[in-house]
Amino acid sequence: MYLTLAWRNIWRNKRRSFITIGSITFAVFLACIMRSMQLGSYERMIENAARFYTGYIQVHKNGFWDDKTIDNSFEYNKSLISKIENTPGVEVAVPRVESFALAAFGTKTKGAFVLGIAPEKEDQLTRVKDKLVEGSYLSKDDKSVMIAQGLAEYLKMGIGDTIILISQGYHGANAAGIYPVKGIMKFPIPDQNNQTVYLPLKEAQWFYNLENQLTSIALVVDKANHVEIIVADISVQLDTTALEVMGWYDLMPDLVQGIEIDNISGKVMLWILYSVIGFGMFGTYLMMTAERMYEFGVMMSVGMKRILMQFIIFIEMVMMTSIGVIMGVGISLPILIYYYNNPIFISGEAATAIENFGVEAAYFFSLQPSLFYNQAWAIFIMALILSLYPLIIIQNLKPVKAMREAI
Amino acid sequence: MSVIKVENITKVYTETAVPVHALNGVSFEIQEGEFTAIVGPSGCGKTTLLNILGGLDHPTSGRVEISNIDITEMKDSDLINFRLNNIGFVFQAYNLIPVLTTLENVEFIMLLQKVDKKKRRKRSMDLLEQMGIAEKANQRPSELSGGQQQRVAVARALASKPNFILADEPTANLDSVSTSNLLDIMAVMNREEKETFIFSTHDQRVIDKARRVITLEDGRVKSDEIRE
Ligand SMILES: Nc1ncnc2c1ncn2[C@@H]1O[C@H](COP(=O)(O)OP(=O)(O)O)[C@@H](O)[C@H]1O
Ligand SMILES: [Mg+2]
Repeated sequence: MYLTLAWRNIWRNKRRSFITIGSITFAVFLACIMRSMQLGSYERMIENAARFYTGYIQVHKNGFWDDKTIDNSFEYNKSLISKIENTPGVEVAVPRVESFALAAFGTKTKGAFVLGIAPEKEDQLTRVKDKLVEGSYLSKDDKSVMIAQGLAEYLKMGIGDTIILISQGYHGANAAGIYPVKGIMKFPIPDQNNQTVYLPLKEAQWFYNLENQLTSIALVVDKANHVEIIVADISVQLDTTALEVMGWYDLMPDLVQGIEIDNISGKVMLWILYSVIGFGMFGTYLMMTAERMYEFGVMMSVGMKRILMQFIIFIEMVMMTSIGVIMGVGISLPILIYYYNNPIFISGEAATAIENFGVEAAYFFSLQPSLFYNQAWAIFIMALILSLYPLIIIQNLKPVKAMREAI
Repeated sequence: MSVIKVENITKVYTETAVPVHALNGVSFEIQEGEFTAIVGPSGCGKTTLLNILGGLDHPTSGRVEISNIDITEMKDSDLINFRLNNIGFVFQAYNLIPVLTTLENVEFIMLLQKVDKKKRRKRSMDLLEQMGIAEKANQRPSELSGGQQQRVAVARALASKPNFILADEPTANLDSVSTSNLLDIMAVMNREEKETFIFSTHDQRVIDKARRVITLEDGRVKSDEIRE
């Protein structure tokens, strides 16, 4: 009956309760959407960065990270690959030769980022096949290249044209080659779109005068948040005096820092939102308590203990808050699931404007469970703190006084 | 046997700018089974006296014994429990919890006493029948007339099987028909159930129904007559 009493008390003033519950719902809904977009954009940024270039984990020679030259390469052997690929959580180990070259066609030249890839494995990491807009994808024995669309436009070249690459190879050797363009790819990130050249791994090794060497192995893992564990697992198996294993958070310190700063601003927004809602809730509790003083006086007179009255009031608040939180999550969840699976892509001029900042013109959503229960917690803790007010009032209630003053 | 023994109690309200001497040495005893009216004009100290008898307020000096237990020194938290098991209350108005039905309101007090569900259902229904409002069992207080509400309040007061029932001007908000109805029912419960009633009033028709009348004036007992 105590629960019935609490439940009915909530609906004494339907309109007020609806407004209170509605405002909690709205706050939770808004907070979930905001956080989902924010975390979604981080996840996407990490994924983009990981999948464009670094992988979630990278194995490279000690020193390569600070001095990314072709000289800091290491030997690519079967036992190394199998050690890495057999570590739980690792899905694919993608071997790479990465360096720079001057790309030329006709009268135009441009600095290019040259990536020697194992075509099939590379596709598993970067899904680069999907980026192909013209021509066809490399196979491992090709002696041709794929280039990014921006670069192709700049050099004014198309499929079948021959690109000239000039660079410096291993230990200062000369590196020069001419390659027909087999495919053209379009990347969403402008930097990438303006300077990428793909070569088959063997051809890149030949070009840079490497024997059987790599500059890095990038890893695809099953879950981004397992990275820390996998890094530790691989590190114990390798000779870490020669090789270094890095997780995405070490590979992209700028990104991590940017995310942290942005995340703080997001949290400040949330706290502002919650404070506004908190004041509303407090107002409701204030009125709920004030208009029931006489009733509290009667209940205490006839023998109801304070703690029991406090319990009922507390339950009322928990119920209201729960309804609000559940509705907020309940409404936002299907929307977020939908947009998680169907991110919003912006097109037209707006997209160009956004892309000029070097970011993708799209909104991505996260479904991290923490995003939902963090909102629930925040609201609950706030409700808890606010409920102290009526609880204290009841703690100090004198029945005679309460009844006398209420009339 | 005396249910209540009041010895020379005084009450001074000091929270006001000028201290108010509401009671100035009141003494009497109430025996089991009495049907007593505390009467006097507004402001003579009836409510103050009943609050002290009911353990809702402490006297400034003097002693109150209920069933030979001194309640004057009792802690507030102990008094809540004492009231629950020993005293029934009927106030002037708004006695009932608005969100509970009539039946639930009567049951509520037994719920606090931890009486089991079946027993309290039955006793509540019986009491409502005795009060002649059984057909309102599932209605909310707001759907009842003032007189009916007061009868539910009496039923609730009886439900806990208290030593006595205190009713502070229970008819103040009622018309004459409801007033005499309520008094008749209280008289019946007094006669048949041997329940002790103490009620305050300044209504002559109510005074006429009492078997003992204690008259207050300026916080003192002016007269105390037993009519039988
Ligand atoms: N809490 C209080 N604070 C100050 N004065 C009070 C308080 N309660 C009652 N009084 C005063 O005490 C006197 C007796 O009041 P009360 O017992 O309510 O009389 P009655 O119930 O007979 O009308 C009145 O003068 C009243 O104003
Ligand atoms: Mg009074």
